[in-house]
Amino acid sequence: MTLAMTITQVPVRVDDSKCIAEKGCTVCVDVCPLDVLAIDMLTKKAYMKFDECWYCLPCEQDCPTGALTVDIPYLLR
Amino acid sequence: MKTIEMEFDLVVIGGGTGGPMAAVKAKERNPKLRVLLIDKANVKRSGAISMGMDGLNNAVIPGHATPEQYVKEITVANDGIVDQEAVMAYAAGSFDMIQELDRWGVKFEKDETGDYSVRKVHHLGAYVLPMPEGHHMKRILYRQLKRARVEITNRVVVTRVLTGPNGEVSAVMGFDCRTAELYVIKTKAAVICTGAAGRLGLPASGYLMGTYENPTNCGDGHSMAYHAGADLANLECFQINPLIKDYNGPACAYVTGPLGGYTANSKGERFIECDYWSGQMMQEFHNELLSGNGPVFLKLNHLAEETIQEIETILHSNERPSRGRFHDKRGNDYRKQMVEMHISEIGFCSGHSASGIHINARGETAVKGLYAAGDCASVPHNYMLGAFVYGKLCGENAAAYCAEVGNTVPDKEALAAERTRILAPLERSGGLTPYQIEYKTRRLVNDYLQPPKITSKYEIGLRRFAEIREDMDSMSAGNAHELMRAMEAHSILDCAEMAAHASMFRTESRWGLYHNYVDYPKRDDENWFCHSLLSRGADGQMAMRKKAIEPYIVPVDDEERTAYQRMRVARSAEAA
Repeated sequence: MTLAMTITQVPVRVDDSKCIAEKGCTVCVDVCPLDVLAIDMLTKKAYMKFDECWYCLPCEQDCPTGALTVDIPYLLR
Repeated sequence: MKTIEMEFDLVVIGGGTGGPMAAVKAKERNPKLRVLLIDKANVKRSGAISMGMDGLNNAVIPGHATPEQYVKEITVANDGIVDQEAVMAYAAGSFDMIQELDRWGVKFEKDETGDYSVRKVHHLGAYVLPMPEGHHMKRILYRQLKRARVEITNRVVVTRVLTGPNGEVSAVMGFDCRTAELYVIKTKAAVICTGAAGRLGLPASGYLMGTYENPTNCGDGHSMAYHAGADLANLECFQINPLIKDYNGPACAYVTGPLGGYTANSKGERFIECDYWSGQMMQEFHNELLSGNGPVFLKLNHLAEETIQEIETILHSNERPSRGRFHDKRGNDYRKQMVEMHISEIGFCSGHSASGIHINARGETAVKGLYAAGDCASVPHNYMLGAFVYGKLCGENAAAYCAEVGNTVPDKEALAAERTRILAPLERSGGLTPYQIEYKTRRLVNDYLQPPKITSKYEIGLRRFAEIREDMDSMSAGNAHELMRAMEAHSILDCAEMAAHASMFRTESRWGLYHNYVDYPKRDDENWFCHSLLSRGADGQMAMRKKAIEPYIVPVDDEERTAYQRMRVARSAEAA
């Protein structure tokens, strides 16, 4: 349950075409209070590594390219 | 594993609200002081006000309220169990803090004459000041931290405050939640600003992090204060809040109330006189939920379009801005229907209720050199502005304390024991996950500790918690992130046991739903007009004792004393 490695819908969605993590951007990873985001070493894009979201939105708000969308976690909505 | 050693004069633990203020004020008092602000998240976006705040809930502004009135209001709202001097220290510093925040760039609502637009939400006085642009709060604090040259360490989870030969603060310990490197930071003083213990009960949704409070705030500070030898006050006065059902965030009555919104039952009728959060209000909310009139709703659909737009702008851009997208998915429209409400899981939070690490009017705990401010400390109904005012008091007083003392050597055995405790889950392979331990602890908190409180249920709860304590020996963590969750599971279990012991100690009912003790249904002022203090006993077990209420400095008359008891709307038909 904790690891977001199961194929499922996780609250934080990343639009890979907009994410500029390959240029060294780590804003969303830096600001997440729960530290649940990471940069995938293979794709060089941000992703949600742990499904432990407070749907608080700093990642979405602070992303310089608008690549992130936070959905309310399924169990709540 | 590598150990990083550092030395400071003052370490502020937690960079949310009170923490940044404490660090800035300590540096302003003495610019040469070596001050470290440490946070397990990133100070830029950490804590309860990660996305800002929509207003001040307890502003004491000349012309609208006096400190004496405010002290009286909180005394009555908290059923008399207050250290009035500590509440007064907040109230007396409230307006100066508002003016300072104003100078720093926080935008408060003002009327056409430039006066603050204070609204009435409390039962007696007017203390609510909206901040429609309060989403900038963290950025403003960060700018002040940089200006004051406070050193910041992010992503380090502090787990213990270590003491020296005379029981004084001598170091803090923790680990990096990305690398698991250990930190041993020598310091003369520490301010704990770790927020509420908000991951105690399990939200009805079952989503572990879908808590009312920011889930990073899981009682780490309560636990480290306890282990350092501090007292914790009135922990049986739980926090239970009204919230948007399932979303589990505030609705928020302090914003909507002054604009004409109110809490209603399924018939659309008001049932409480006052939307200010008190235990009595929560009891009426609970009663209505269980009655044939439930569930309970936030009613706004009678308001004008422009008022609803104003409410949406505030609620969907501040504090918990994802409220808007929750409503979209549910098809909730403030214009068309009422929004279903519920009550939160239990927690400790002095911001809204009254329990926490015991501090006096100077922010001092029972441990020399240890201070606490904000939601984790014991000053009741303190909210965000109280965290700022007490952050300031703690920062200034800790700076003065540091000037008088030198660094001491932390207890070697305690240091070694903590190193072992932190590293243990990483060294195990297999066993129980932190997730399983946390889920089970919090599920049992709901099953056995949620009010109404019953002794026999509490006894079962304590037995089950003791089993989980043994299970901790098989908890494993596969990486540094899981290690953070593992150490948090320890804090959560500590808080669960503290909640149980404190509740069973106070053999009366008080604070409405917060301490509704079925075995002792009446308020008993003769025996229980006192604080309860929990600390670590000589045998290493949790020990309880009473502490007399400090002499009142603002007298309260009988009529006022019962104001919060008269919460339910009187029905003329019922009376007839």
